[in-house]
Amino acid sequence: MIKGIFKKTKYVTTSIPAQEKVPTPIIPDGMWIKCNSCDQIVYKKDIEENNRVCPYCGFHFRMNARERIKLIVDEGTFKELDSNLLTLNPLDFPNYEDKIRQQEEKTGIKEAVITGIGRIYGEEAVIAVMDCFFLMGSMGSVVGEKITRAVEEATIRRLPVIIFCASGGARMQEGIFSLMQMAKTAGAIARHAEEGLLYISVLTDPTTGGVTASFAMLGDIIIAEPGALIGFAGSRVIEQTIRQKLPEGFQRAEFLLEHGFIDKIIKREEIKKTLGKLLYLHKEVK
Amino acid sequence: MADINQNLEQLENKLEALREFSDTHGVDLNKEIKAVEEKLYELKIEAYKNLTPWEKVNLARHGERPTSLDYIDKIFEDFIEFHGDRNFRDDPSIIGGIASLEGKAITVIGHQKGRNTKENIKRNFGMPHPEGYRKALRLMKQAEKFKRPVICFIDTPGAFCGIGAEERGQGEAIAINLMEMSRLKTPIISIVIGEGGSGGALALGVADKVYMLEHSIYSILSPEGFAAILWKDGTRAKEAAQVMKITSEDLKNFEIIDDIINEPLGGAHKDIGELAKSIKKLIINDLQELEKQDLESLLNKRYIKFRKIGEYQ
Ligand SMILES: [Zn+2]
Repeated sequence: MIKGIFKKTKYVTTSIPAQEKVPTPIIPDGMWIKCNSCDQIVYKKDIEENNRVCPYCGFHFRMNARERIKLIVDEGTFKELDSNLLTLNPLDFPNYEDKIRQQEEKTGIKEAVITGIGRIYGEEAVIAVMDCFFLMGSMGSVVGEKITRAVEEATIRRLPVIIFCASGGARMQEGIFSLMQMAKTAGAIARHAEEGLLYISVLTDPTTGGVTASFAMLGDIIIAEPGALIGFAGSRVIEQTIRQKLPEGFQRAEFLLEHGFIDKIIKREEIKKTLGKLLYLHKEVK
Repeated sequence: MADINQNLEQLENKLEALREFSDTHGVDLNKEIKAVEEKLYELKIEAYKNLTPWEKVNLARHGERPTSLDYIDKIFEDFIEFHGDRNFRDDPSIIGGIASLEGKAITVIGHQKGRNTKENIKRNFGMPHPEGYRKALRLMKQAEKFKRPVICFIDTPGAFCGIGAEERGQGEAIAINLMEMSRLKTPIISIVIGEGGSGGALALGVADKVYMLEHSIYSILSPEGFAAILWKDGTRAKEAAQVMKITSEDLKNFEIIDDIINEPLGGAHKDIGELAKSIKKLIINDLQELEKQDLESLLNKRYIKFRKIGEYQ
């Protein structure tokens, strides 16, 4: 099986046309949807069957955590960790509990990240997948704790870590606790790194704020999906601060590649294969 | 507080009037003056004990509030400032260098706000670019090499939001600091002296001991930014300051900081000399304790210190 993944695949590179307006790649209900990028009317099922990538222009729509795990992890190998960790309200922030409950109902998951151990082309790894549909994938105590535990588990078991990032940034309702998750996760990754273990960070749309300024940017290898928004500050805030329009393609994956902050942009359909190769090439000789 | 402010103002006016009357008419009003002075003092103590979070925000941002360089000047001797990240440029919103603390070499780093408009423009109001964090990290690694402790003063509204900052990897720069500080092989003490805003503050804040000055604040972002993001209304900053829990008491209660450093009556700017003395004493005591520990236990404790933060079930 390993040999298979080294086979050269021919594919056409599609460039994502830079958008004036930031597209909101959410698939609404209904049979047909208009692609945010090329304006083509696409049969919704076609997009779903195409890993949520527009068959006409290659635009990558956002994907939830369960779909992502299905796409990336070998079938039947994913064992979830800490699925029972529940969010509290450390600041007594008004209506926060209700908000969490609504998000749970909307997404069917309990928090904005799913962590576990699974195999990719047979190679074992600790895998964390964030879900931007759960409160914008914001990082509060539970997200920070689950990521930290997952990385610690990988350190103990001497396994590589793969994190799929998708986050609007800090969980505002948890205030300073949210900020401190940045230090906590970065600390866990430092310990994993000191053991000579591999961490691959995969940046998907959107990866911003406190997640960018912590584990997202700490990968030994950093991969991004085409067109993904990746940055620290939000574009609206920047525009308001500097009072000028942002250049085309600002904070997109291609922009980060050009400025030297990511290793490679990889189309969604190729990511599993690439991860499989990378895991294989970093395999410890025991 | 509004009432107390009014009372304070009334009393101050009365005091002024009494003094003037006493001077111009040659009447001895010492007894009356003293009584008003005492009343004023009591009221002030009361007022500063009960500041609202928003009043603390304003005090933390006060134009006369001492900056990192003011404390460095008062606490250390022979401060020699070092510049630049050896990569892109020198960021004047973070300063750093070496100094002596009673004969002992120390690396000192801090956010630096301007003390007037002109300096504030040069220092970008204490909002660093990526190269600021990279300079800080370079100096920390230098401290590690020469086995000297690191003292950080935190005072920033937050990391700067701009095109250049993004192009040069604001997120990456902060992330690397968090990771490297978590395992820096020398003691680190961080003190929030004014505003501890967002990742820009935390990038100097992964330390063995973390303190806040009594009227400083430490938050995920500015109350204005918080209100703008959560309520789409930046003018509700005062309300945001209330719900965000950003005061030194809040963070002490959350066990996120080690302790609060009391400020002189009226705030740090009223008597920086006394405040600097107490900070100096604290640093000397802490360093004695931290330097006694072997490296492994020091780093373990630092890891656990941040590892345990978070509320979940
Ligand atoms: Zn399309």
